Amino acid sequence: MLNYIWFGMMAISVVAAIFTGRIDAVTEAAINMSKTAVEISIGLIGIMALWLGIMKIAEESGLIKIIARGLRPITIRLFPDVPADHPAIGSIVLNMAANMLGLGNAATPLGLKAMEELQELNPKKDTATNAMVMFLAINTSSVQLIVPATVVALMGVAASQIFITTILATLCSTVTAIFMVKMLEKTKTFSVENAS
Amino acid sequence: MIESIVGSLNAGAKYIIPLLLVGIPFYALSVKKVKVYEVFVAGAKDGFTIAVRIIPYLVAILVAVGMFRASGALDLLLNFMAPVLNFIGFPPENLPLALMRPLSGSGSLGLLTDLVNEHGADSLTAKIGATMFGSSETTFYVLAVYFGSVAVTRSRHALVAGLTADAVGALSAVFFCKLLLT
Repeated sequence: MLNYIWFGMMAISVVAAIFTGRIDAVTEAAINMSKTAVEISIGLIGIMALWLGIMKIAEESGLIKIIARGLRPITIRLFPDVPADHPAIGSIVLNMAANMLGLGNAATPLGLKAMEELQELNPKKDTATNAMVMFLAINTSSVQLIVPATVVALMGVAASQIFITTILATLCSTVTAIFMVKMLEKTKTFSVENAS
Repeated sequence: MIESIVGSLNAGAKYIIPLLLVGIPFYALSVKKVKVYEVFVAGAKDGFTIAVRIIPYLVAILVAVGMFRASGALDLLLNFMAPVLNFIGFPPENLPLALMRPLSGSGSLGLLTDLVNEHGADSLTAKIGATMFGSSETTFYVLAVYFGSVAVTRSRHALVAGLTADAVGALSAVFFCKLLLT
């Protein structure tokens, strides 16, 4: 799937650029974005180290287990393949909490830790498991309880009005994400055997 | 009423991270006698490896997204989709943002800024835009980073599910803003 989408996006770009006369801009974007990608990754090192360190403390002290146990009734339904007391559940829950509160900086390291722990349970290392896809889908459609700081800065007083609409819209998108994942994971096209 | 709730939520939000940074080691140290400094360093060590591991995946996705944005393909897609979206009552001014959101965080923030500057923060267009921005993630970026960090290349139904959720998020943003804010 990603093979076609990745190639498709680049091929469409080049064809479209020929029509719009923006071929130079496309070349420039390709070169600049490869630079940006590295800058983003390198920039993550510090934040990653900070949160992974704090997470390790939370793990050693048993905090993660307590959180995971508390939310077991929900997580067992969303991630039936992950044992209820597995450390991945703790990281997943913390990542979701960080996302809901709009703490993007904390959410990414927690999410990557969760992925690492989910990968331990994965029998086919290059293919996403049901739990991984569910986690990713919930993550990208996350319920947003706090309007992002950038939006508050932009909107000023009007930001308070979009508080409820944002919660409602994200609720709809999260429900859709869960429904789509549960439905698609059973289809043949997206099965682990046929995975692409 | 809502304003005071939002105000206190946003005021409270800035205490969350400092509280976690102090609260977690405090609990570990006082209740479980964990050697917090040593454990922190041991955990933090992985930060570098993970960050470096995602580089090739991020380069692949961001280059494709960057080319797509620069080529004007997005505008062609807009022209193509406009009649359908007009039909279901989707405001055309909000369409570029809806399409940009899953592709690029900085790009969609730029579009939102344009909407606010052009129509004013009090306009329905800006409110719909801000709701859309807050209710969706940069799906392509998250996919590349999360799967890349564990070297998963076969993503199965992740992209389809994520993009469907984005589309529903954008449509519900329009729906709820029209319902509640007009």
